Amino acid sequence: MLLIDCPWCGPRQDSEFAYGGQSDIARPAAPETASDADWAQYLFMRTNARGLQREQWLHAAGCRQWFNVERDTVTYRISRVYRCGEPASTDTDPP
Amino acid sequence: MSRYSIFSLARNALTRHENWPQAWRSPAPKREYDVLIVGGGGHGLATAYYLAKLHGITNVAVLEKGWLGGGNTARNTTIVRSNYLWDESTHLYEHAMKLWEGLSQDLNFNVMFSQRGVLNLGHSLQDMRDITRRVHANRLNGVDGEVLDAAQVKRLVPVINDSPRARYPILGASFQPRGGIARHDAVAWGFARAADARGVDIIQQCEVTAIRRESGKVTGVDTTRGFIGAGKIGLVAAGHSSVLAAMAGLRLPLQSHPLQAFVSEPIKPVLHTVVMSNAVHAYISQSDKGDLVIGAGIDAYTGYGQRGSFHTIEHAMEAIVEMFPSFSRVRMNRQWGGIVDICPDACPIIGTTPIKGLYLNCGWGTGGFKATPGSGWVFAHTIAQDRPHPLNDAFSLERFASGRLIDEHGAAAVAH
Repeated sequence: MLLIDCPWCGPRQDSEFAYGGQSDIARPAAPETASDADWAQYLFMRTNARGLQREQWLHAAGCRQWFNVERDTVTYRISRVYRCGEPASTDTDPP
Repeated sequence: MSRYSIFSLARNALTRHENWPQAWRSPAPKREYDVLIVGGGGHGLATAYYLAKLHGITNVAVLEKGWLGGGNTARNTTIVRSNYLWDESTHLYEHAMKLWEGLSQDLNFNVMFSQRGVLNLGHSLQDMRDITRRVHANRLNGVDGEVLDAAQVKRLVPVINDSPRARYPILGASFQPRGGIARHDAVAWGFARAADARGVDIIQQCEVTAIRRESGKVTGVDTTRGFIGAGKIGLVAAGHSSVLAAMAGLRLPLQSHPLQAFVSEPIKPVLHTVVMSNAVHAYISQSDKGDLVIGAGIDAYTGYGQRGSFHTIEHAMEAIVEMFPSFSRVRMNRQWGGIVDICPDACPIIGTTPIKGLYLNCGWGTGGFKATPGSGWVFAHTIAQDRPHPLNDAFSLERFASGRLIDEHGAAAVAH
């Protein structure tokens, strides 16, 4: 059981949330010129990281907000929770 | 290899069974092989066996980072069936089924394949329409299948809750009589012993740390036991496939999820067939030892930790107890998790890659065990001939760019 600290509601168990997969996957900037291979990369190919991963969660049975989580996929330890739009890297965190 | 038979059993009984030879060698890795198989689970060992047996390629090593069959081969619920919806998958799994039917004799190792039948329950009118469609599709493809009504299900499984007032009432089922279960460890050991007898080196405790390439072609792998050269490398690493492919600069459409299962204390024979339900997502069979073997669904999040959340177990248990109220006081003995590599279309990827000499066999997700011999058979052909067999042609990595997906997830609502 994961304990996820929703940025709006506080810590709740993972059965309240829906998982949204890897964060920061950019849609092809020029869709009309993107090749089939580009679309495959965007739609299907994933890093599937072993270790630290930034991922999206939806608080489906709570505030219904999407937000980001940085989690280790081996230990399942959550190191950071941040709202959409906040910078992804801890290096650029506001003081 | 000394053959196992009633005579060898009697002969060894005279010496109190203390002189059985080891089933396979544990050689030090050679500097170079013709083919390296990365991953010593059922699929990898089967690939090595068929490479040696059918294609005459015996200078082969299977590299395993842990011990043989210590991953998903030992962590599944051992169900074997071939009643998929689409032609491509039906042909692939049915080919595996035919190999299963002669496997113990072929390997000279009892894999305890028991064709006790597989039931897929329907709980709604739409379930029953889908089941009817799938059984018709199976029959057109030469796969056995029947549509049963609720009374026929009850006759086959007397302990099942057939009350129309159940939360998910049972309206009927599809039944594949040739389906069943096999002994998962024996499958790994049988393939390992038979491959070893044909000259394949099985190297355990040997983790691949890098895949070396030169001008778009593989040259070998760095491992925790040094560099091993090879012109052809087959990756068969299930949940860790993305990690290995990244070593060769490839990205795959896989997501690794924890999948949990459990067994109960042994009880007297009560369940004589395999019962699966897609709607409530639970599946159950009784092993020859008497344990109830129960599988849950995957956890929603990705993970490599070989464990999942408790509520996933609870959900599967609720479904089992709802279907079999008399099991409510059976205690569970053990619980475990494996890492399954889920493909967007719930079908495997078996084929070549953009890198010459590198071959992929992954994406079996939650249902790879049933395909073990067939998977090894087509993958051995793919590696030996440097092109896919017609049976696995459709299961290429390119299908994600071309759009020719084989949608078993949506079409058959396949649970495994």
